[in-house]
Amino acid sequence: MYKVRDLKLSLPDMAHKPLIGATPRIEILKGLSFDVPKGAVLGIVGGSGSGKSTLGRAMLRLLAPTGGSICFDGTDITHLSEDQLRGMRQRFQMIFQDPMSSLNPRRRVGGIIAAPLQVQRLDGIPTRIDEALDMVGLPREFAQRYPHELSGGQRQRVGIARAIALRPDFILADEIVSGLDVSSQAQVLNLLGKLVRDLGLTLAFISHDLSVIRRLCDRVLVLHLGEIVEEGATVSLFEAPQAPYTRELLSAIPLPDPHQTWD
Amino acid sequence: MNGYLSIRNLTVRLKGGGTILRDVSLNVAAGQVHGLMGESGAGKSMIGKAVLGTLPRALDITSGQIWLDGVDLQTLPPAERRNRIGALAALIPQDPLTALNPSRRIGPQITRRLVDILGWKRQDAAKRALELLNEVHIPDAPRVMRSYPHELSGGMRQRILIASAFAAEPKLIIADEPTTALDVTVQKQILHLISEMQARHDTALLFVTHDLGVMSKVCDTLSVLYAGKVVEEANMPRFFMRPIHPYSAALLAATPTYTDPTSSLTPVPQTVVDQVEREVMEHDLRTAS
Amino acid sequence: MRDLRGDVKRTLGLRLWLSGGWLTILALAALCAPLLAPKDPLMQDLFLGRMPPFWMDGAEPGYLLGTDSLGRDVLSRILYGARLALIVALVAGTLTCFVGATLGLIAGYYRGWPDRIISRFVDIWMAFPPVLFAILLIAVMGPGLLSIIIAIVIIDWTRFARVIRAEAMTQGAMDYVASAQVSGQTRFSTMLTEILPNVLPTIVVLLTLEMGIAVIVEAILSFVNLSISTDSPTWGGMISEGRTSVHQAWWVLVFPLITLFLTVLSFSQLGEGLKDRFDPVLR
Repeated sequence: MYKVRDLKLSLPDMAHKPLIGATPRIEILKGLSFDVPKGAVLGIVGGSGSGKSTLGRAMLRLLAPTGGSICFDGTDITHLSEDQLRGMRQRFQMIFQDPMSSLNPRRRVGGIIAAPLQVQRLDGIPTRIDEALDMVGLPREFAQRYPHELSGGQRQRVGIARAIALRPDFILADEIVSGLDVSSQAQVLNLLGKLVRDLGLTLAFISHDLSVIRRLCDRVLVLHLGEIVEEGATVSLFEAPQAPYTRELLSAIPLPDPHQTWD
Repeated sequence: MNGYLSIRNLTVRLKGGGTILRDVSLNVAAGQVHGLMGESGAGKSMIGKAVLGTLPRALDITSGQIWLDGVDLQTLPPAERRNRIGALAALIPQDPLTALNPSRRIGPQITRRLVDILGWKRQDAAKRALELLNEVHIPDAPRVMRSYPHELSGGMRQRILIASAFAAEPKLIIADEPTTALDVTVQKQILHLISEMQARHDTALLFVTHDLGVMSKVCDTLSVLYAGKVVEEANMPRFFMRPIHPYSAALLAATPTYTDPTSSLTPVPQTVVDQVEREVMEHDLRTAS
Repeated sequence: MRDLRGDVKRTLGLRLWLSGGWLTILALAALCAPLLAPKDPLMQDLFLGRMPPFWMDGAEPGYLLGTDSLGRDVLSRILYGARLALIVALVAGTLTCFVGATLGLIAGYYRGWPDRIISRFVDIWMAFPPVLFAILLIAVMGPGLLSIIIAIVIIDWTRFARVIRAEAMTQGAMDYVASAQVSGQTRFSTMLTEILPNVLPTIVVLLTLEMGIAVIVEAILSFVNLSISTDSPTWGGMISEGRTSVHQAWWVLVFPLITLFLTVLSFSQLGEGLKDRFDPVLR
C-alpha cells in the first residue's frame, strides 16, 4: 500500500528565527525507507521527538516532504498539490490523538461524521452516518449530541467512525489510546482490530506504548530521533530485539507484575 | 494513631449535591508507599487534594478525619492547618510544564518554600537547592538553577519538581500521576528516582496512578477506587496474585502486557460495572438514612 | 461539576434579560420617538428654562425629567438622542466588526503571505494616532453621520483584527482542522465550517463591546461639537450643555449621562450573555 523511500522532512526552527535571512531548519525525518503491505497492521513506535507523528502526517500528506518519495498504491504523492490529492483523499484517512481537539466542539456528532462525506460528495450520507455509528458500537442517537456530552472513549470512537465512514483503504491512528482509561483503551483496541478484519483495512498505528503495539500489530517500525532503528515482524521484534534502543524501550516498560526485575 | 497519614471515613461532596469521595479510609505509615489506583473520575486525585487542603472551592469535606502526624487536620483553624501541611507534606504534580512558573528561573522556584514559609536565609536555601539538584542527578546544577523551565526537557523538569518536593524534608509526599506525561524510558528513571528518594528520606508516599504496571514497581500497598469509594485494599504481591474484588480483577485483565500476547484484552465487563455501581448506590442509601 | 454550571447559568440568564431588556426599550423608544416624546425636542420656551424633574418642587407638568436652560424637554431630547446613538452603534459597530474580523480571520488561518501583509498593515495603521486621524477625516468630510461612522471604523477595526487573528491561529492548530484537510476540504470551506463557528463567540462579544464603544465615541464627538451638524439632540451635546448649569439644574447633565452609561453597560453585558446562552459548549 505504501512505499516510502528515503523520506526526509525538515521544518523551520521558529525558536531561532533571525531578523534577516532564512530561518534555520530542524531535520525531523532523516531519510526513512519502509513498505506497508496491503492489509498489514503496522505499529510505529518511538519516544517523543522521534518523529513518529511527523511521519504519520507526512504519509497523509498533511506535511510536504523535503526529500525522498512516498508512493501510495502505486501513485507518487510526494509533491502533488492539494487539488491533485483531493480525489485520492478518500482512500487514506487519519484518527487523531486528542479526542478533545479532534472533534469540533461546536458541531454535533452527526455533522462531524458527515463532513468528510460531504467534501467527497458521496451520497446516502444519513445511512452512512448510521452505519458508521453502528460499526463503532455507539447508539445512533449520539448523532445529535455534542462532543462534550460524551466520554473520552466515546469521543475517540466518533473519531474512528469519521475515518471509516469514507470506507478508506488505509487508516493512520496517531496515539489514539494514549489518553484513555485502561478499560476504554481495551474497547478501542478491540474495535480497531475488528474493523481491520471486517473492512479489509491497512492500518498504521502510532504509539509510544509497546504493550499496545504487541496486542494489535503484525509489523513494527521503531523510530528514534528521526531514523528507523529497527523494523520487523512483531513476534520476532519482541522476542529478539536487535537494536539497543529497542531493547531499552522494552526493558523500560513496567509490567503489572511486582516480581518483574526492572532496573 | 496507625499511620503517619491516617484518613478515616472521608466524605467529600459537591456544594450543589453529588458525592466525590465516599467514606474513604486508608493508612500510610512512615516510609511506606501506598498507591491509589482508579480510572479517571474515580476520585484518586481528590484524596490528595483533600489532604493538602487544595480541594476546589465547589467541594466540601462533609465528614471524616485526616490525621497527619497525630493531629486531625480538620480540627485545626485554617491558618494553622496550612502551616502544618506546608511543613509536613509536599506534592509531586502531574504536569511538569504547568507546575513550574515559566517566567521565573528554577532556583527561586525551589527555594521559595524554604525562604517564604520556613523562614530560611537565602544563602542556606540556595545551598540546599544545589544539594537537592545533585541528589536527583541533575548534571551542572548551578547552570540549571539559573535556567528557565522551557529551556529544560520534561524529564529534567520532573526531577526538579521532585527535588522541590523533598526540599523541606516533608514526612509525607503525595505524587499525583507524576509520570503520565513522560516517555516510557524517562518514566523508568523518574520512578527509580522517586523510590530512591523516598527510601533515603524515609518519607511516607501516597502515589496516585491509573497504571497498574507503574503501581507494581513503586508501591507496597494499594487502594482501588471506583466512584470515590474504596473497592479493595491490599498489599502488592497478594493483589496481583489474587485480586478479591471483581473490579480489581477486571482492571488487571484490561491491562495489556507485551509478554502475554495471547490473552485477549477485555474491557471491564458490564456485569462488574453493574455490581460496583450497585455497591456505590447501597452505600449512598445507607449513609443517607 | 454539573452543579457549578447550574449556578453560572442562573446569573447569566439575568444578565441577558436585563441588558437585552434595556436595549429593547431603548430601541423601541428611539423608533417611536415621535410618538412617545411628550414635547418637541427642539422647542424652546425661555419661560420654562431649568425646570426640575416631576418629583421635585417647582416642576412643570408635562416635562417629566425637567428642562434645560433653553426650556427644552430633557426626556424628549433623550429619546431623540437615542436614535443617533443606536444608529451609530449598529452601523459603525457592525462595519468595524466585519472589516476587522474578516481580515483577522484570513490572516490567522491562512498564515503565510496574507498574514504577513495584513499584520504589517495592522501594525502600520496602529502607529498612526487614530484619534487625530478621525478628527482630520471629519474636518475633511465635514461633520455628519457618515463621518462619525467611518471615523469609528477607522479607529477600531484593528482591535478586531488582532484578537480574531490570534483566535483563528489557535483554531487552525486544532486536529479537527487537520481532519478537514485529510478529507480533502478546501481551505476556504474549512475556514467557514470549522474555524468560524469556534471564533464566533469572541466575535459576538467584541461586536457588542464595539457597539458600546461606538456610542461613547459619538458622545465624545458630540460633546466637542464635532458630531452631526443639525440641531438634533445628542446625548453628548446634552452633557456638554448640562455641564455649564450643573449647579442650578443638575438633571440636564445627569439624565443623559445615566442613559449613556446604562446603554454602554447593556451592550457589553449583552454580548457576554448571548455568548453564554447560545454557545453549545457551555450548555
